Amino acid sequence: MDLALQLLFTGIGIGAVYALVALGFVLIFRATNVVNFAQGEFSMVAAYLMVVAVEAGLPYWAAFIVALLGMALLGVVFNLGVYYPLRHRTYLPVIIATIGASILLANSVLAIYGPQPQVLQGWFDTPGIQLGPVYLDSQYLLIIGVTICLVIFNFWFFEKTLLGKKLQATSQDKEMASLLGISVSTMIMITFIYSAVLGGLAGILVAPVLFVSIQMGSTIALKAFAATIIGGFGDVAGAIIGGLALGVIETFGAAYISVPYKDGFAFLVLIAFLIFRPQGIFGERVAEKA
Amino acid sequence: MSAPSDNMSIPAPAIHSKPLLVRHLPYFIGAAILVVLAATLRFDGYVHNILLQATTFAIAVFGLSVVLGLCGQINLAQAAFFGLGAYAVGIGTTDLQISFWLCLVGGCVISLLAGALLGMSTLRLGGHYLAMVTISFQQIVTLVMINAIWLTRGPDGVPNIKRPELFQSSQSYLAFCVAMLAIVGYLVWHLADTKLGRAMRAVRDNELAAGVNGIDVFRTKIYAFALCALLGGLAGGLFAGGFAYVSPDQFSFAESIVFLTMSLLGGVASPIGSAIGTGLLILIPEWLRFLKSVPGLYLAIYGLFVILIIRFMPDGIWGFVADGFTRWRAKIKAPPAAAALQLKPATVGGDTVLEVTGLSKHFGGLKAVDGVDIAVKRGGVHALIGPNGSGKTTTLNVLSGLYVATAGKIVLDGTDITHMPPHQRTASGLGRTFQNIRLFRSMTALENVEIGAERPGNTMVGKGDDALTERAMEALTFVGLGSRANELISSFSYGHQRLIEIARALASNPTLLLLDEPAAGLNSTEKLELHELLKRIAAQGLTILIIDHDMTLVSEAAQHITVLNFGRRIADGESMAVLRHPDVVSAYLGSE
Repeated sequence: MDLALQLLFTGIGIGAVYALVALGFVLIFRATNVVNFAQGEFSMVAAYLMVVAVEAGLPYWAAFIVALLGMALLGVVFNLGVYYPLRHRTYLPVIIATIGASILLANSVLAIYGPQPQVLQGWFDTPGIQLGPVYLDSQYLLIIGVTICLVIFNFWFFEKTLLGKKLQATSQDKEMASLLGISVSTMIMITFIYSAVLGGLAGILVAPVLFVSIQMGSTIALKAFAATIIGGFGDVAGAIIGGLALGVIETFGAAYISVPYKDGFAFLVLIAFLIFRPQGIFGERVAEKA
Repeated sequence: MSAPSDNMSIPAPAIHSKPLLVRHLPYFIGAAILVVLAATLRFDGYVHNILLQATTFAIAVFGLSVVLGLCGQINLAQAAFFGLGAYAVGIGTTDLQISFWLCLVGGCVISLLAGALLGMSTLRLGGHYLAMVTISFQQIVTLVMINAIWLTRGPDGVPNIKRPELFQSSQSYLAFCVAMLAIVGYLVWHLADTKLGRAMRAVRDNELAAGVNGIDVFRTKIYAFALCALLGGLAGGLFAGGFAYVSPDQFSFAESIVFLTMSLLGGVASPIGSAIGTGLLILIPEWLRFLKSVPGLYLAIYGLFVILIIRFMPDGIWGFVADGFTRWRAKIKAPPAAAALQLKPATVGGDTVLEVTGLSKHFGGLKAVDGVDIAVKRGGVHALIGPNGSGKTTTLNVLSGLYVATAGKIVLDGTDITHMPPHQRTASGLGRTFQNIRLFRSMTALENVEIGAERPGNTMVGKGDDALTERAMEALTFVGLGSRANELISSFSYGHQRLIEIARALASNPTLLLLDEPAAGLNSTEKLELHELLKRIAAQGLTILIIDHDMTLVSEAAQHITVLNFGRRIADGESMAVLRHPDVVSAYLGSE
């Protein structure tokens, strides 16, 4: 029982990371109707930016801001270089271009920084606190806390602010939005920046838990994507719940079934969902209709 | 069928005078020369390995040209299927001591089954799901290869893989692989012009229209996907025999992307493009070897190239070349003359062709169609009219199977079609056009109509491609576009595209033709032509159910009218009487 509680905590912690990346996926999908397969590389690049900034001697908070600003810039470049030129094409070329971008980003970092995994220290000096039978790692607590704040921020931003409403309008009907005087390209640009920052935030938060490596992006991204499908494709709440669920399933699977196949559980769960409940937990927009 | 009528003085020349194998003889001669060269020229080991890799990879890439190029579905796990075939030969010929040939076939079967199962679980969903699921599959296969050490020997890989007795020397094995490549290349090249290949292209261009033209969209996608997996497995088996060693890193997700890039670079629509792309992407890395001193640099450039190709060369190198070639050829190739179109609608049931009873379609709380009865008599033009939002198009979509009826029953010529998917309804004799035209845009007018003519159960088409082309030409000539049969859809005006859609439905020799607002967007001359066309269709005894707003067209063409308003039938009967009906007048003009 104690072990189970401990696993639950760790699972939710890692699941929160998936949820953050999944949120980035969903936001871009809603705005552009394409899936950004380079979303995970945003996390990876941010983690490396953080490592570089910390090594350059910046205080942790300053390095954090620098890394997120770098991500915002990457969001701009990514939109202009990868998505924008293909915006009138079907989803297939865009998917492939984002895969190309993912290869480009991962290997550029590899070329610049080399293959050795890096270590990033956590935000807090205290490693964690013991609460009854469960040891609460401070970094995991931070991840969960940030995720909760972001979910609340997201809700406020999209439901209560004019900019959020404009973004929603753009994602629902681009033509009508532009007729109402909303600059669709600006809205899409904002979405990419926001998604890059979200992905980056997830990467920076999870970096002290994992190693900072070239592969971390694709692993996180695949699971985050699985989370969006499990939760219900295109649904914000679904992405969060799906991410958390996946983190828990994976942690328990690794503990009770098999460690080497840890990364496989997410995909098995995903395929099971696709067969038996393709609309996901929150069931939205599965088939493209007439 | 289509006996030459007396008024056609020019006999229709056979479209393909020589048998297929004779026309394709140059291909086989070329292939034979390549095989002989591979078997006789002396290569050093380095060149030999590059050739062997290129040959086996190209077969795997051909698979992608089927699934992605012909059918428009994504597969990001080709390296996994390649790996399944490779490990089948690897483990089979070493640990299990089974003959190479059995292992090769076994690997193909395993890949085929894996592809079919994967396809069945996800191909009903959209492309993003497929992308994701294939990546997942790829990851699982890689994990198993690394971790199931008892079976795969883990990360160390399987060495000393055997070759068949017949091709022990590396030279003869290369020649064997080149021969396999030539055969597979021929089949894939030819596939595009077979019934299955046309169905795949139709699915790629417009799934909805493919469905209502009698194509089983889901099954077509599964075939494409399974075929792609099969070719991956075959290629992998040949690869394993050639290099005698396999390990998990050769079949990773990165390799799947390499396969994808090869097919995109060359041009995904054609095996020639696939071969060009494969060759280039195997040679370029060799030229760029010096870049490999910095880890990642080469792959970074690679990723950049993927983006640039997609951006600036959407159809790949070969697509770019072939496009010009097709344009040039379309101009000089005049279509053959055609006989007059014969419509012989089937008559199985009684006097009523279409019997709709109590049909309802609810979207949540909205009752778009609510308990509607329609009886369409054989051999007439029946119109379904009503103000905007009255449920006309919804009714048509329920009739053709794009929507599932909430309640009610639809009987077409004695067959209950209420629960059939669209393609089966078409097979039962339903033809339709769309209000917003849905043609297969990458094909010529003739090819579009051929797909219609290919409807399962079409008794007006004989066996073979020639009969099909003949039927399609007749239908195109019937609507007045026979002389432009070989032009691409994009070169036709809106009105003419509508006529091609009608020709596509007519070629299938339907029992009932559903026309969804055929006059929408046509100018007055075109409307007159349409009216004439409807008369000529009706004169051949084909029953038409038409939806339109144009009252002149409806009142002149239709003998019988059903009027809907707010999803309910408000009037039904002989057309003049219905148009004077007070409820109808008030629905259209408002009550006084």
